Amino acid sequence: MSVEITIWFFLSSGLFLGWSLGANNAVTMFGTAVTSKMVKLRTAGIIAGIFVVIGSLISGAGTTNTLTSLGGINAIAGSFTVALSVGLSLTWMTRAKLPVSASQAVVGAIIGWNIFTGSPTDLKALSKILSSWVVSPVIAGVFGFILFKIVKNTVLKWKIHMLEIDTYTRTGLIIVGSIASYSMGANNIANVMGMFADANPFGEINVFDVYTLSGLQILFLIGGLSIAVGIITYGSKTMKTVGNDLYKISPITGLVIVLAEATVMWLFTSQSLEKFLMERNLPTIPLVPLSATQSFIGAVIGVGLAKDPQSINFKVFGKISLGWITAPLSAGILSFIMLFFVQNVFEQKVIIPVPYQLTASVIEKLESDKFNTAAITDLTGKRFNSKKEFRNELFSRREFMNQELVAIFNYAIIDSFRVDSTLIDDRFKQNHFTEAEINELKKLHGNEFSHKIDLQKALFTSIASWQKNGNALHDKQFKVKTLLLENTFRISSEKSNKYHSEFHKQTQH
Amino acid sequence: MFLKKTKKLEIQIDEYLDLVVKGGLIFKLGIKCYLDNQIESFEKYLKDIRKIEDSADDLRRNIEIKLYTRTLIPESRGDVLGLLESCDKVLNITSETLLEFSVEIPNLPSEQRGDYLELADSAIACLENTVSGMRAYFKNVDAVRDYVTKVQFYKKETNKIAERIKRDIFRSDTELSFKIHTRYFAFHIERIAEQSEDVCDRLSIAIIKRFE
Repeated sequence: MSVEITIWFFLSSGLFLGWSLGANNAVTMFGTAVTSKMVKLRTAGIIAGIFVVIGSLISGAGTTNTLTSLGGINAIAGSFTVALSVGLSLTWMTRAKLPVSASQAVVGAIIGWNIFTGSPTDLKALSKILSSWVVSPVIAGVFGFILFKIVKNTVLKWKIHMLEIDTYTRTGLIIVGSIASYSMGANNIANVMGMFADANPFGEINVFDVYTLSGLQILFLIGGLSIAVGIITYGSKTMKTVGNDLYKISPITGLVIVLAEATVMWLFTSQSLEKFLMERNLPTIPLVPLSATQSFIGAVIGVGLAKDPQSINFKVFGKISLGWITAPLSAGILSFIMLFFVQNVFEQKVIIPVPYQLTASVIEKLESDKFNTAAITDLTGKRFNSKKEFRNELFSRREFMNQELVAIFNYAIIDSFRVDSTLIDDRFKQNHFTEAEINELKKLHGNEFSHKIDLQKALFTSIASWQKNGNALHDKQFKVKTLLLENTFRISSEKSNKYHSEFHKQTQH
Repeated sequence: MFLKKTKKLEIQIDEYLDLVVKGGLIFKLGIKCYLDNQIESFEKYLKDIRKIEDSADDLRRNIEIKLYTRTLIPESRGDVLGLLESCDKVLNITSETLLEFSVEIPNLPSEQRGDYLELADSAIACLENTVSGMRAYFKNVDAVRDYVTKVQFYKKETNKIAERIKRDIFRSDTELSFKIHTRYFAFHIERIAEQSEDVCDRLSIAIIKRFE
């Protein structure tokens, strides 16, 4: 019983994050529709809520963008604290009426966790945030500017009746808003609820003997509902900033803004579009890390510049931009401080120690990456039971660059894989595994690997095509295939622990 | 389904504007009959214009209710309602003016018959161009400016004709009471052009809001 209560307590942090996410990001879905009075706030809230929930249920399970996978947060109390700090930071921003990027706040909080737990931070994530601050509004702004000119000229040229434009605009706003809500649910539910998937307190529920909801679906349904409640109860705050304070949005400019945002997001972040173009040997559009919120604000500015530059309140824009820096920063600081309290005052585990071991293959891999391994070669074979222990040992040898540290931690982590040919199913063929590759995999049946790089090395030597070759499509497929192999052959945590202890005993002997 | 309702409302707005144009045409015929002393036909036209005024009022209210209850064109709704109402005033003035003729039976000097006909033509030209401007506001914003310019031109012409009529009356050798009485009829007709210009002033502001 006490375990259940704890889970419900931890779950509340995810629900709070969902609520704050809905409240802050409602503006990107129906903000222009509501502020231009084309759709009532209540109607927009209900439609957004429904589509967020549908998105969470249908596509949410497929996304891997969870707090856990992003930063390797492996203890539920750690996830709870990180989610809570993101939720608090987003709520603060919403109270200040500033729309910010939720995923950037998440990355900020994870960096806080990394600093607290002594994990090296992948600087790529940080550079992604920094570039997104500039790239998102600029690209969306250019699109908004051009799209507005096109729409204006089309309406004037085609002489469409004002009432018909009104109908088309309203329908467009509802359709684009619904799609945005769907993708918001699909992309963010993993952030909100993903971390509780392993400790899910819900069982299956049979709905009127027609449909059975799995425990995970119920979890995602509740998460989706929390986002929907956020949109309905507190979503109007940020809507007002964008729709009235930053720039007075009219219905048609409102539609142009959301269309520009959606187009930019689709063109520059869609992997399926990239795959489609690659398969047809067409030039691809470079994928850029973009934030929906920042693209949305950029589109507002772009449309405003096209219509009447003087009508934009650049002071408000400055305030919003400041919020983009404040959100990840405050989430990071909050996360760090709260982790300290959760660990030391409430005595909760915020990180489960993960063992590390430098093996000959790890050293070899580091050398092939052109890192100097002279100071750590003698550690080969020594096992470290936690990140902290491993880190302290490394730093007692010499100072390491962040890049080196990220690589060492990535390669030396003890994971457990056992190639089991019976697990090879349809997913392999769907993910472009050739018949020859599958046969080679079957030959590796029964082999066990303690490190990810060992599994990869075994595959490299046995399958000739199992290499990156510079072809963008091939390399992309290679990445997906590697991920599928790791997930399929990874020994589950329970088995893995057993495996680790056996492995430990063997190495001690 | 939504577009079907929209189309119906578009037709209603067009029907309303048709009624305003019809009112103007009847007004012109009514004035001509009065000046030609065909009182029976004049009274018939008065009846017709009052009927048109009633129908236009009903139609306008219906349109306004639909615009509000369906929360259509939220940004331009205020402008459209204002335009419809001020356009209604033009129709009311044409009807009221004919009624004044019917009630007060002014004895207009026969030598001014041509001037009065010219005055009515010019005032109704204002009204007709105003209606064309209104139609353009809904569909073809670029054309509104042309109609507004035409209305301003005809309004000035109407003022000039009315001024001429009033000057001629007050320089004639008649009773002051007669002069004061007859000058009001030039003034009433002139009001049609004045009110049309008011509608156009609103139109000029309303088009700025749409895309500029």
